[in-house]
Amino acid sequence: MFLSFLRKKLGKDPEDKVKNVCKDSTELKDTVYDLIRTIKDPEKPNTLEELNVVYEDGVEVKEPTLGKVDVIRVEFNPTVPHCSLATLIGLCIRIKLERNMPYPIKLDIYIKDGAHTTEHEINKQINDKERIAAAMENPNLKEMVENCILEED
Amino acid sequence: MSTLELVQTLKKDNGRVWNVSWHPKGESFASCSEDKSIRIWAKDGSKYTNKVVLTDGHKRTIREVAWSPCGDFLASASFDATTCVWDKKNGEFTCNVTLEGHENEVKSVAYSSNGLHLATCSRDKSVWVWEVAGEDEYDCVAVLNSHTQDVKKIVWHPSKEILASASYDNTVKLFKDDVALGEWVNSNTLHGHESTVWSIDFDATGERIASVSDDKTLKIWKEYPPGNPEGIPTEDKESAWKCVCTISGHHMRTIYDVTWCPLTGLIATACGDDAIRIFKEENGCDPNAPTFNLVATVERAHSQDVNCVSWNPKTPGLLLSCSDDAEIKVWKFKE
Repeated sequence: MFLSFLRKKLGKDPEDKVKNVCKDSTELKDTVYDLIRTIKDPEKPNTLEELNVVYEDGVEVKEPTLGKVDVIRVEFNPTVPHCSLATLIGLCIRIKLERNMPYPIKLDIYIKDGAHTTEHEINKQINDKERIAAAMENPNLKEMVENCILEED
Repeated sequence: MSTLELVQTLKKDNGRVWNVSWHPKGESFASCSEDKSIRIWAKDGSKYTNKVVLTDGHKRTIREVAWSPCGDFLASASFDATTCVWDKKNGEFTCNVTLEGHENEVKSVAYSSNGLHLATCSRDKSVWVWEVAGEDEYDCVAVLNSHTQDVKKIVWHPSKEILASASYDNTVKLFKDDVALGEWVNSNTLHGHESTVWSIDFDATGERIASVSDDKTLKIWKEYPPGNPEGIPTEDKESAWKCVCTISGHHMRTIYDVTWCPLTGLIATACGDDAIRIFKEENGCDPNAPTFNLVATVERAHSQDVNCVSWNPKTPGLLLSCSDDAEIKVWKFKE
């Protein structure tokens, strides 16, 4: 279905162009994953990748919007089902991508199915841009996020 | 074939523009932004230009601005938990009133049609009604705690003292001053959306409401007063409200705003897929099951989420929009 959509989008001579777009979508996925894998866990001295909170398969390139803007879905797996920091992790993923992606994308972030006791509530919160914007104006939360997404060379 | 044509693009702010609001005379408008500023724009010849910047009212994002019906006052709602009221008594706009009371972000503010009340709502789940008691005097007359979550938006009925609110709890609620009880009561709760209701607007008569949601649908609700000929049951001499139309399949992401033009009846939506869409009611359709057709779409109206759309109150078809891309755009609908 995805391929047929691409063909429709590209018109004639689908073979080469499909390859190009697939490469672009792999590149896009890599760009996103490279940005989130190095985010630090809010409590532990490890990165989200080291703790398996984020993983390559959790990044999915979805069908773009009508205006051809890329839509990315990021899934993450909090370390424990009642982890109180799941919202903060979601916030870090969103802010890091919003700031560092080379162009605007549409981003949906979800907790892995069944991985958290209040996943529905957290999913709703970390995908509400008004709540995110307000959270980032809270000095304490902002500092926590900044520490987690800081790039160390 | 109808189209929405771009008239002008305006850019001054740094960052997301959350809201734009036409002055009641329709010749100027105010905008507010995450850069904590309010801007007032008016026409210079054929183009809108930025006339005033107000920067000293709020400490955090300004989420919404609203004019009083007389056009002399401008209220601003901020994430800093306060609402400011600005006026021009001293020749230039100054903030003469700061309304405090909400525990956290104020999301929306609106004056009633007669200018006697101001309402605010917040993430603290409450809706406050303030009485405009005199110049620079606002008394809180009700704190309404009916919603179970974040209240995103409030609008007043176009002619009555009825207030509608939209919430993160997926409902729309109506409030009114119950004269017998001597207090403001929640008269109706509109269930139907499957996620956050981001915005609502009344039609010109106040007998219908349009609502938009994170569930990617636009819904039309109709009032059925007691004794209605359709036989829709009502309780306690209160009108019933029923969803008469759900428009789905058009919006690809969260719908952030809706505006129902009192002059033309056209509905415009602001969507997280960067598009603006215009819907028109089919002539002669059944009022209990109306049909609204999508008559115009601007797919990349902005380069990021569209946060707000607003029809001009005097010039039919003139529309404002603003976006996360920091731009404000002026559009003209042509049939």
